[in-house]
Amino acid sequence: MLVPTDYEAILLSLKVGAAATLLSLPAGFAVAGLLAFGKFRGKMAVEIVVNLPLTLPPVVVGYLLLLLLGERGVLAPLLHALGIRLIFTWKAAVIASVVVGFPLLVRAIRISLEAIDPALVKVSRTLGATRRDALFSILVPLSMRGILAGASLMFARSLGEFGATILVAGNMPGRTQTLPLAIYDYAAAPGGESAAGLLCVVSVAISVVVLFFHEWLSRRAVREGLSG
Amino acid sequence: MKLEFAARKRLGRFELDASFTATGDRIGLFGPSGSGKSSIVGALAGLVAPDGGRIALDGEVLFDRAAGIDLPPDRRRIAVVFQHPHLFPHLDVEGNLRYGYRRCPPQFRRISPELVVEALELGPFLSRAVRHLSGGEQQRVSLGRALLSSPRLMLLDEPLSALDDSLKYRIIPFLRKTFDAFGVPFMFISHSLLEMRLMTERVVVLERGRVAEETGAEALAVRRMGAGGAAYANLLRLSSPRMRNGLSVYRWGGGELAISGGGRPGEAVFELSSRDIILFRNHPGAISARNLLPCRVVRGHAFDGRTGIELSCGDERIIAEVMRETAEELDIRPGQSIFAAIKASAFREIL
Repeated sequence: MLVPTDYEAILLSLKVGAAATLLSLPAGFAVAGLLAFGKFRGKMAVEIVVNLPLTLPPVVVGYLLLLLLGERGVLAPLLHALGIRLIFTWKAAVIASVVVGFPLLVRAIRISLEAIDPALVKVSRTLGATRRDALFSILVPLSMRGILAGASLMFARSLGEFGATILVAGNMPGRTQTLPLAIYDYAAAPGGESAAGLLCVVSVAISVVVLFFHEWLSRRAVREGLSG
Repeated sequence: MKLEFAARKRLGRFELDASFTATGDRIGLFGPSGSGKSSIVGALAGLVAPDGGRIALDGEVLFDRAAGIDLPPDRRRIAVVFQHPHLFPHLDVEGNLRYGYRRCPPQFRRISPELVVEALELGPFLSRAVRHLSGGEQQRVSLGRALLSSPRLMLLDEPLSALDDSLKYRIIPFLRKTFDAFGVPFMFISHSLLEMRLMTERVVVLERGRVAEETGAEALAVRRMGAGGAAYANLLRLSSPRMRNGLSVYRWGGGELAISGGGRPGEAVFELSSRDIILFRNHPGAISARNLLPCRVVRGHAFDGRTGIELSCGDERIIAEVMRETAEELDIRPGQSIFAAIKASAFREIL
């Protein structure tokens, strides 16, 4: 049977995943737009920085975040001054998920933006749409599937986040312990096998639902692409 | 409508440096591809900022580098119909049609959606997804969408180039009828002289980024005779045919023309190649061609090896093209009377 801290871990995972994904959407869309349509010096550098967390070991990401946000980190004076404490809170888990999942989000949105006929925006402008109007009436709806696909992928990635999270958020049951961290605790303790197994089943179930949604979206995109 | 245009723009090795003032409601912008037509469209619509110059429409300055004025596209009220329809794929036909209408401030709306739907025969398609429309239907939606933004000027940027001939000639009446009915001034941009003559009266001719001349569409066609080896196309507007022995008979130039095909009630435009007219000094007696017209020579236009001979038949003009030697042998000179023979099958109905 699941105990209260298990439920808390499941809920925290969902909460961290949702927060990380929602927080990343505006910036993810902006960066995807920049990479899809922008022509500027240093585009390659931006691309590498955005994609770096995809190839770095999450532990490295976590350690770098620690250097940045930790008690004696680079940003510590600023955070102190603002009265913000991030490290070893669930918010740090969100930041870890943001960094690790961001490239997946950007990639999916960018692909859908690149598939849009750029003349559509020009046409909308000559029909009286301001830049902002063209963004919300043309670009966002036409890349909606990419946005949702990227968001679901990022959410799924966040549910699985372990390495960076354990370094910056710690592993405090009921406070910063997410689903993977709870499984790790059970698996490391003697007699925790059945509890670990049960949480694994929960984890698999959530992932299947999210990935099913993701697949369904991409198939619809392919079908409509073929008939269009 | 009065359009004052002066703009410079450097794009790689190409340089646009064009200025013209055009008045009238059917202006043509003619030139081969790469002559800068699209750059002018971009500068007029506000999609491309020129490096310098000044653009004003009916006295309102849209762009003036020196004065630091550059109205954004959404405040110029200049709509564009491109070669490809570029319909919004996430909206149905009605959503596309109303896109510009919704964004046009109510005090400027002069054209009602119902009338456009009726004029362009779009009624049956309103709730359809745009990807289920044919090319011609899509282009009609694109035209309706632009019209419904109630533009002060409409730019038609090679709107017919992507369509095949039969479709093209079916769209032209739509265009003419629609612009007449709604009183929207347009600039028609094309590299096709025939389209130019069917759509416009005054033409700005563009060559390598510069304005070569401003002239009438017909005068341009006569002057360009023989360019690229193409024959001059006579365009005959004919109406109210009678049927006789399987041929359509139209009144024309004080006489009659017998044409195979045709026969539609109302006005039609026929194309007659200048090379399909045979000239006789004297009445030839019996010939097989159905049409033998007494004409008078107005003038000759010589161009490499050939001569275009402008003929008047009653109050009409046509141009026949013969080899230069023939013209010399026939001793053709202005004022002389001559007979033109045309087969009934030489006419091609295009509108």
